[in-house]
Amino acid sequence: MKILVGYKRVVDYNVRIQVKSDGTGVVTDGVKLSANPFDDIALEEALRLREKGIAEEVVVVGIGPADLTAHLRNGLAMGANRAIHVTTTDAVQPLTAARAFLKLVEKEQPGLVLLGKQAIDDDANQTGQMLAALWDRPQATFASKVEIADGKATVTREVDAGLETIEVELPAVVTSDLRLNEPRFIKLPDIMKAKSKPIDVVELASLGVDSGDHLKTTHYAAPAKRSKGVMVKDAAELVAALKQKGLL
Amino acid sequence: MSKILVIAEHLDGKLNSSTARAVSAAVAVKPDAVDVLVLADNVATLAAEAAKIDGVSRVLTVERAENAHPLAAVLAPQIAKAAADYSHVFAPSTTFGKDVTPRVAALLGVAQVSDVMSVESAHTFKRPIYAGNAIVTVEAEPSHTVVATVRTASWPAASAGANSAPVEALALDVTLPSHTRYVGLQSGKSDRPDLQSASKVVSGGRGVGSKENFDIIFKLADKLGAAVGASRAAVDAGYVPSDLQVGQTGKIIAPELYMAIGISGAIQHLTGIKDAGTIVAINKDGEAPIFEIADFGLVGDLFKIIPELEQALG
Ligand SMILES: Cc1cc2nc3c(=O)[nH]c(=O)nc-3n(C[C@H](O)[C@H](O)[C@H](O)COP(=O)(O)OP(=O)(O)OC[C@H]3O[C@@H](n4cnc5c(N)ncnc54)[C@H](O)[C@@H]3O)c2cc1C
Ligand SMILES: Cc1cc2nc3c(=O)[nH]c(=O)nc-3n(C[C@H](O)[C@H](O)[C@H](O)COP(=O)(O)OP(=O)(O)OC[C@H]3O[C@@H](n4cnc5c(N)ncnc54)[C@H](O)[C@@H]3O)c2cc1C
Repeated sequence: MKILVGYKRVVDYNVRIQVKSDGTGVVTDGVKLSANPFDDIALEEALRLREKGIAEEVVVVGIGPADLTAHLRNGLAMGANRAIHVTTTDAVQPLTAARAFLKLVEKEQPGLVLLGKQAIDDDANQTGQMLAALWDRPQATFASKVEIADGKATVTREVDAGLETIEVELPAVVTSDLRLNEPRFIKLPDIMKAKSKPIDVVELASLGVDSGDHLKTTHYAAPAKRSKGVMVKDAAELVAALKQKGLL
Repeated sequence: MSKILVIAEHLDGKLNSSTARAVSAAVAVKPDAVDVLVLADNVATLAAEAAKIDGVSRVLTVERAENAHPLAAVLAPQIAKAAADYSHVFAPSTTFGKDVTPRVAALLGVAQVSDVMSVESAHTFKRPIYAGNAIVTVEAEPSHTVVATVRTASWPAASAGANSAPVEALALDVTLPSHTRYVGLQSGKSDRPDLQSASKVVSGGRGVGSKENFDIIFKLADKLGAAVGASRAAVDAGYVPSDLQVGQTGKIIAPELYMAIGISGAIQHLTGIKDAGTIVAINKDGEAPIFEIADFGLVGDLFKIIPELEQALG
């Protein structure tokens, strides 16, 4: 079985994002970029399935500008067999990303597509579900456990009410939640080895994907700030303050 | 002319309050109609409940055995079919809505607006990105169906009782897939208030130290009639189940009172409580970032302070 993994580059989760004062975007110049944490988890899961002999090949996919190569090399250093770089200089919205993934799926015929449940920049939480719909295959989102046997995946999902388990026939799309696994660290020799692994480059336009980018972002604003309140000296003062506000 | 279809969320034969919150957002569009779609194996009581929500024009039901559990692959084609008569489809941005709605959008070939915080016009909305550190105004294509999820913490639940909207059964001609099967739900259900709709929430973090120690949080919550929440660190460490996680990747909540105990206040956690009325922080580190946003801060050891609090509460 082949596994396709979404490997998106995002602003590192430790960066405190600043909105540009003219409202045209957020400051990304010189900001640290890293793999979307959910995609590291998706990749780790794919690698473990390969190590268990359930998968033979793990392919990481990135959609983005030319300088994505170094990021994809990290995915290869982590252990992916090869990478596909879909190039575009445009911002790509989830429906377009899903349509691009569908084209790759048709060509690569994976048994499983593993994506992150959300990318931590746009927090859209859409791409996996959209791909599953377009592909007319099952989806198992927010996975915290994945077991594969007999052409099926049994997936435990983190839902609001607790842990839901569903069974899906393969091929299918699974999206990772935080507790699926803990991704491995990249070791120096692996970075060297990754240099000789192949990265296929295809232009987004050449895939024949209709742009699904129909949302126009017209303005960026900083969120309303909560102001610092008061410090109380002990439990009794806290209870009195809350009572005074009518909260107790 | 806008007509909005709101997808009802339910569990164990009861509507989730997220449904009435999504109705509030729909009403804010000032549409000609707000219809609620109930997909279930047994619709009668759910439909009756939905019909009472203020602002609802009609309740549409699809009763099928396949709709017993919320499987996105099964529900999405039915919703997409029902959406034909509507300008907008809204669902709550809960794990239910996040799972099924993008699948509906893709079937309709349209973009989705995730986590609507405010409605500016029928096609213009505000939504958070970067864990709520930026708020964007987005415009959906007016010639397309608007498919959106509603950030429940931004909207009060529409009140219920005065309305009695008509209920109609929908006959949808759609074949449903059999490739996805429900196995079970392991629910952390308790008699405590539900975390997503509670007016008071007491949350514990890594500072609580262990699963056993977390009892002190549960006890305080019970004393206050509050729901219990947790930081990711507390969930990862196994102190409490994952459905108690508050934050960017957990639940986004807006209680009147939120007490963060032994929680440092990482941005991913703060995203989940931005809309809380009053935030109380108890932390032994006076420099903890949580104090930057807390309305009331108390520096000290939680194991000493909580018993004192209980005493002061009487
Ligand atoms: C230079 C640049 C600037 C951008 N500016 C903007 C902007 O101003 N406004 C805006 O709305 N968007 C912008 N984008 C696009 C945006 O970053 C997202 O790619 C897009 O909105 C998809 O949303 P999401 O990643 O939150 O989707 P989600 O549905 O949250 O993503 C879920 C998963 O899908 C997969 N996935 C999604 N996209 C990719 C990808 N590109 N490559 C590999 N895997 C992927 C990953 O596995 C990911 O974890 C920009 C992109 C680039 C490259
Ligand atoms: C992609 C991503 C998504 C994430 N999503 C979430 C999310 O949804 N929700 C979330 O919460 N986190 C999330 N996180 C994790 C987040 O970054 C923090 O790591 C986490 O919130 C820390 O939890 P904490 O405050 O309990 O632990 P810590 O940061 O370790 O803080 C513990 C606090 O307890 C205090 N303390 C210790 N002992 C005592 C005592 N005896 N009395 C009083 N105070 C004490 C300490 O002073 C400290 O401030 C996410 C991270 C990533 C990368």
